[in-house]
Amino acid sequence: MSTIVLLAVTGLGLSALYFLIASGLSLVFGLADVLNFAHGWFLTVGAYAAYWATPKVGFAGGVAAGVLAGAVVAALVELVMIRPLYQRTIAQVLVTVGLSLAGVALFQALFSPDARAFPSPKWTQQVVDLLGARVPVKSLLLIAGAVVVLAALLAFLRWTRYGLIIRAGVENREMVTALGIDVRKAFTLVFAIGGAAAGLAGALSGVYFESVTPTGGASLLIFAFIVVVIGGMGSITGSAVAAVAVGLLQQFVNYYGSAGAGDVCAVALLAIVLLARRQTRQA
Amino acid sequence: MTYLRRYWPIGAVAVLAFLPYAGISVPGVFDGPLNSPGTLQLLALCLLFGGLATGYDLLFGRTGLLSFGHALFVALGAYGADVLIGKAGLPLAVAAPAAILLGTTVAAAVGAIALRVTGIAFAMVTLAFAQVGAILAARDAWGLTGGDEGLALDVSGLPSGLVGVVNTYKLYWVSLAYLVIVMIVVRRTVSSPTGRVLAGLRDDERRVGVLGLNPYAFKLFAFVLAGALAAAGGVVHLLLVQGADPKIAGSELTLSLLVMVVLGGPGTRYGPLLGGVLYTYLDYRLTHVAGGLPGPLKQPLFVLGVVFILAVYFFPGGIAQLRLTALRRAVG
Repeated sequence: MSTIVLLAVTGLGLSALYFLIASGLSLVFGLADVLNFAHGWFLTVGAYAAYWATPKVGFAGGVAAGVLAGAVVAALVELVMIRPLYQRTIAQVLVTVGLSLAGVALFQALFSPDARAFPSPKWTQQVVDLLGARVPVKSLLLIAGAVVVLAALLAFLRWTRYGLIIRAGVENREMVTALGIDVRKAFTLVFAIGGAAAGLAGALSGVYFESVTPTGGASLLIFAFIVVVIGGMGSITGSAVAAVAVGLLQQFVNYYGSAGAGDVCAVALLAIVLLARRQTRQA
Repeated sequence: MTYLRRYWPIGAVAVLAFLPYAGISVPGVFDGPLNSPGTLQLLALCLLFGGLATGYDLLFGRTGLLSFGHALFVALGAYGADVLIGKAGLPLAVAAPAAILLGTTVAAAVGAIALRVTGIAFAMVTLAFAQVGAILAARDAWGLTGGDEGLALDVSGLPSGLVGVVNTYKLYWVSLAYLVIVMIVVRRTVSSPTGRVLAGLRDDERRVGVLGLNPYAFKLFAFVLAGALAAAGGVVHLLLVQGADPKIAGSELTLSLLVMVVLGGPGTRYGPLLGGVLYTYLDYRLTHVAGGLPGPLKQPLFVLGVVFILAVYFFPGGIAQLRLTALRRAVG
């Protein structure tokens, strides 16, 4: 029983990371039709910003720095790189591919390719008793972070004017444009929000893995892609549900099966969902 | 003049085939003379990636399919032949076709599922499938792949003419032969009626559907053919580097192929070949000469990534298009 609780909590911790990356990816994809390959790099930017700031301004300040760095970098990328290629979807994907390659290499040059120990505070490394299992605090921290972001995103999309524009834009971009609303402002906003969530994921991934590496974002990105496709492009709640499914499946199968089997199962789940789904949204 | 236009590729292949006999030094471009094993090895890798990029372009430039899973089929060719030679003790002449068949079969299965979605979702799904290959390779699945260290090729299963540094020139010929085969297959395919349907799919898929053709079947054909070419390239890569390691299964390989194609010129006859040769050469040379460069310029991927981004903005047609425009400007 205690093993199951432990696996569930650590699996949900992983789900939380996936959700934080997938939410931004999914919104950007739903609205702008851009498969943002550089999204994993936003996470890396956030992770290194938190790594750099934490010893100076404390853990909370470090997390804030990660979120801010992710948001600023994402907004800049949208303004400088994505926007000039308006309506050239494939070219937009290509520049994010180039950015993801160059960005990782940049961090490898600046910080060396090796992992650096993340200066996480003592309390995040402790364990607490939950239903008879000793679960790590850092997993609970991740889950809490993801729940807060999920609630904030849903509230923002539901009750604000920009949220309304984004929801309508995900449904039908042409219609929103025809109504005289500049969707491109919403693009920048969505990139910034996604970047902030990725930056938060970066800071928290530093706590979770106890280290930061230049390639950490790219390896998480692939599972975020899987989550986005399973959850349905552009749907935040879909991403949340899919993230929980993928994270739990991966953790349980990796524990009870052989190492790596959980990762393979996540992809198998994707194949099953695609085969079972009659009609997918045409991209 | 028309003869020259028509037959120059044969001349070019003849010149390339005779390179191992040319003891010329090209200072600054290659470290040793052209017939030294090190230079031939680099040239062979350049030709191999020229061929791999041309095969990938069958999907990206010719059919408009943005696949992020091409590395899976290269890895199946390399690891498949490696395991069949090393663990099953098969001779190369049996292992190589079997590995290519394996890659082709998996390409058919993956394509059949991934092509149920289109566009960007297709890219994501192919990436996810390729990731399975990368995970299996890196985690030493079934004790076959050797994990992170990779799997050295058991040379006792090879014909003795393909083993050892003194025989590098024969491996160079193998690469050249691979490139020629890929060029012929792709050329034949795109100039056939099927190729015209593929171009139609790239330009407007609905129109092909309206004509009463089944877009799914044609896309699957392109996917499977490209998968077979990739698996064959994987076998050549195995012979060239005498082993297989997880890098060949990783998404970075697919991204590199994409960069090669875009740099060279997607959908052109020689663009992907040029892009593949240039990228491989730069990737190798920048690592060797970059020691003295400051900061991020030391990283070949940083330089190549930036060049790639600039290429997308400023010459979307790639090198091939650039050459044509320059020619037209010079003529007109």
